[in-house]
Amino acid sequence: LLDTRYRVEIPGGINLEAQVVGPIPRFFAFAIDLAIRGLVIFVLSLLSIPFGSFGLGGGFFLIFLFVIEWLYPVLFEVFMRGQTPGKKILGISVVNDDLSPVTLGTSMVRNLLRTVDFLPLFYLVGLVSMLSNRRFQRLGDMAAGTLVISVPESAKPTAMKNIPPLAPATSLLRSEQSSIVEFLQRSQQLSEPRQRELASILEGVTHDKTDNGVEQLQRIGAWFLGVR
Amino acid sequence: MKQQIFEHQHQAVWQQIEASLEKPAEGDNSKILAEHYMLLCQHLAIAKERLYDTALVERLNNLVLGVYRELYRYRAETRLNIYAFFKRDFPLAIYRHRYFILLSFLVMVLPGLIAGAWTYLDEDAIYSVLDGSQVRQLERMYDPQARKLGREREADTDIFMFGFYIKNNISVAFRCFAGGMVIGIGTLLVLFFNGMFMGSIAGHLTRLDYVDTFYPFVVGHGSFELTAIVFSGAAGLRLGYSILNPGQLSRLDALREAGRDVVPMLYGIVLMLVIAAFLEAFWSSSTSLSIEVKYTVGAVLWALVLLYSFSGRRHESR
Repeated sequence: LLDTRYRVEIPGGINLEAQVVGPIPRFFAFAIDLAIRGLVIFVLSLLSIPFGSFGLGGGFFLIFLFVIEWLYPVLFEVFMRGQTPGKKILGISVVNDDLSPVTLGTSMVRNLLRTVDFLPLFYLVGLVSMLSNRRFQRLGDMAAGTLVISVPESAKPTAMKNIPPLAPATSLLRSEQSSIVEFLQRSQQLSEPRQRELASILEGVTHDKTDNGVEQLQRIGAWFLGVR
Repeated sequence: MKQQIFEHQHQAVWQQIEASLEKPAEGDNSKILAEHYMLLCQHLAIAKERLYDTALVERLNNLVLGVYRELYRYRAETRLNIYAFFKRDFPLAIYRHRYFILLSFLVMVLPGLIAGAWTYLDEDAIYSVLDGSQVRQLERMYDPQARKLGREREADTDIFMFGFYIKNNISVAFRCFAGGMVIGIGTLLVLFFNGMFMGSIAGHLTRLDYVDTFYPFVVGHGSFELTAIVFSGAAGLRLGYSILNPGQLSRLDALREAGRDVVPMLYGIVLMLVIAAFLEAFWSSSTSLSIEVKYTVGAVLWALVLLYSFSGRRHESR
């Protein structure tokens, strides 16, 4: 089973979870960044021409070229909470492996080692490396101790229909209770037949052989949520 | 406690935090976040323990993650201590990497000396390292006759060369470092070939007796540049060695530790190469200064760099 959850115990004594991100979103983020970088370099090269290609303009152009080539990801990751523009669009972010934001040092290491991940052509080494460990780390990530996680969107609590609660006929274990609550929470995402299929397994709880099983279960779920 | 009651009780706090996380730009919200951080941790722990549903646990998890990321965010004003870096961190990092630096030095200098001796003794040897047009260009650059006739370079050209050296030299140093990931082989190759090129050029120009143009030119910036390249080699070799010989740690942990250790070296390398590029573009290139001045300043620079490089030992805790 491919589990992309990454757990880490943080100060505060609890386990925090995040989803690590695989090669494909990272590829798109990189492509967007590449386009931005290309565009900036193009504009700068035009701007530098009037100031002398082998003089003032050329000198500053080369310095900018260096900065964009090597430090573009570093500067964005450090000052924009782990996100280059491409990563921001894709909703992913670089973090240290304790899920704290990347620092200057770790970001430098992971981005300088990009050169090796790029070998022999177009990130082949990086891809193989990402696919051979559970955290999707390329070599630079391993040396820096960084991960790329998806930035959780602030989850708005899903509005729940008003369901009249129903006390269950039998006493249930807590894990069973929470399964029923999950069923209620997710019923919008499940198709009707699938809901009926799942509910039919629990006839022993609902004591209902008709199509009302689904509704019964949802009402029991509402009861466990604390609706009275 | 039933989930809904729990949610109802704390809804206001959560919404407040969510709101302040969404608008991080608006002033310093670290106070309110710090105040509620432990409370949120507790809520998450309770929600998990009581098996509240996944949506709530996820929401709390994301809240804690958001606050955590905000609280531990990189803040330049607190993290960057430039004085401590120059006074302690960089020299100490140099001291701790001393064996890698020694190896890096030898891998660059020995091929350089051998290639230099060879091109000094054998007229044609330079052609096995560089091709004909490169040799002619090199000879033109340092020809004492041409130098006397040539006039002082324009300031504009100096700036161009500054940019060129920044881009070129720092890229070489970065690649030299990154080559360490391939169990150090990439680093060794970069050091070896750079040493060989520089050595053979020096040998060839010495044989042609271009001594008075070549050495005064390289002596100044060489202090920072060559040292920085050796350091970048050492940082790369440190990475490679951690993979080859992780000791008590797992290979991954050893590599990660090496990755953290070399960070001050990387900062230092960049700074040294910027200084070197500045010297090379604006100082070394000047033809109006006498050779004596250049050698004197070069000697002072070398002394400073070496003294500084050897100053780290006293910061090592024993």
